[in-house]
Amino acid sequence: MRRMRAAPALAAPALSAPALARVAALLCALAAALMGPLLPCPAGAVEGRPPPGAAACTGCHAAGAAMGPLAGRPEAEIVAALADYRSGARPASVMNRIAKGFTEGESRAIAAYFAQIGPER
Amino acid sequence: MSRPGAKTRRSLLRTAATASAALALARSGLPRPALAGAAPRVVVIGGGFGGATAARALRRGGVDVTLVDSRATYVACPFSNEVIVGLQPLAAQSFGYGNLARTGLTFVEATATGVDAAARTVRLSDGSSLAYDRLVLSPGIDLRFDAVPGYDPEAVTAMPHAWKAGEQTALLARQLEAMREGGTVILSAPANPYRCPPGPYERASLIAHFLKTRKPRAKLILLDAKDSFSKQRLFESAWAALYPDLLEYVPLAAGGGVTAVEPATMTVRTDFAEYKADVACIIPPQRAGAIAALAGAADRSGWCPIDPVTFESTLVPGIHVIGDAAIAGSMPKSAFSANAQAKVCAQAVIDLLAGRAPEAPKLINTCYSLVAPGYGISVAGVFHPVNGQLADVEGAGGISPVDAPASVRAQEAAYAADWYRTITREVFG
Repeated sequence: MRRMRAAPALAAPALSAPALARVAALLCALAAALMGPLLPCPAGAVEGRPPPGAAACTGCHAAGAAMGPLAGRPEAEIVAALADYRSGARPASVMNRIAKGFTEGESRAIAAYFAQIGPER
Repeated sequence: MSRPGAKTRRSLLRTAATASAALALARSGLPRPALAGAAPRVVVIGGGFGGATAARALRRGGVDVTLVDSRATYVACPFSNEVIVGLQPLAAQSFGYGNLARTGLTFVEATATGVDAAARTVRLSDGSSLAYDRLVLSPGIDLRFDAVPGYDPEAVTAMPHAWKAGEQTALLARQLEAMREGGTVILSAPANPYRCPPGPYERASLIAHFLKTRKPRAKLILLDAKDSFSKQRLFESAWAALYPDLLEYVPLAAGGGVTAVEPATMTVRTDFAEYKADVACIIPPQRAGAIAALAGAADRSGWCPIDPVTFESTLVPGIHVIGDAAIAGSMPKSAFSANAQAKVCAQAVIDLLAGRAPEAPKLINTCYSLVAPGYGISVAGVFHPVNGQLADVEGAGGISPVDAPASVRAQEAAYAADWYRTITREVFG
């Protein structure tokens, strides 16, 4: 039943995630061979690439707004805030609704991303 | 929430999304080898919240970016309802591309008149053409002047739509200001899909506020071509509290669908009635901006089907479509959505140009509406690719509490203003 739900994956039969990563790496190497290395190729996660969801945050979260910037905030602070929004422990207008769309792991990745890019220029 | 089954399904969905990203990569092929070592070229058409954001993000990724828009100044739609009723100056809606150009991109003031997807070139109104490795279309909407009999391009002077901000916004503001006390305002909302789903209802709310404070014997009739709408419970409870005798809502089932207009006599017709308006704001059905169809990226609905991981057109390889023009599943056509989609699309384009598989994204939307000054409401959502569509992440998102105290409404109104300041600075600043 659950297999059926993931039907589109059948269009690429038996391609496991590691296999896909190998295909991606191969394509990347091929591109680099054809064009010269325009951008660094991935070794696992791509350096500097925002994790899923992170890019959307800065529409609101910036200096000069009540929401405040996320860039440069400690990772643990962002992780805890998202967990508290999810649980309802921290009152919110929209962040309670948004945080529920992210798992703990995704939240950690987003927090680590903003912590490492440092405060806004 | 944390049933193991749910987790398994999520990871399966993620695998499906990754597979779809890989397929997109395979289908698109590798970027055409430009001069060895030269930066890949991306042309972005449309300099609104989607296009300007994409252009900036692509530039940051080292891409050679040309941004094309038919105007050198962008007039933003969010908060233009406030302009219509004198709560915000039109100047606060206008943004130039000077700061964006300082990122090293090239801005071209021209109208894109055609796309040769095989040769990968865009034709411009000045007769020149631009070559691209990938093309991003963010053309917003065009109004359909074939949809409501009598509502043609000439009708917009007598009956402004004000659904593209600028002169139309100012015109509707002047008409409301000049309207006689005791007059009737007709506002019509189209069927889905269209730009800014809660927009007509915010507009109705703020016009009602304007009438209540300035012309209290006047009346507003909101004719709707559908029976349900965004943030409906929040709007309706606010209307009942704030504008009970002033705002009359007519849903489709009660005859709200406009069947024809006659600008010369300021007449608006529905199946059941004929209204004489002192001021009529007709928001007609819409389609993706013209270049989308010219490029072959729009389907019969008039909108553009896309891959939810890369925003690449499912009709024309090498062309990505973001913002209002795209069919983005559950994501509403909003400035916030366009901005979020632009960043995901830009990253995917950078990845594809570098021969990397793009990562399955998560996107967020938050839309605020004002129902009166200091009274804000919102809808939020989190979205991810599921079976080739952008779907709501279950359990997330939703509207402001229906029974929230005034302090929450005031906070959301303040957040709305902060969001507008923040996002316009991020996009154009």
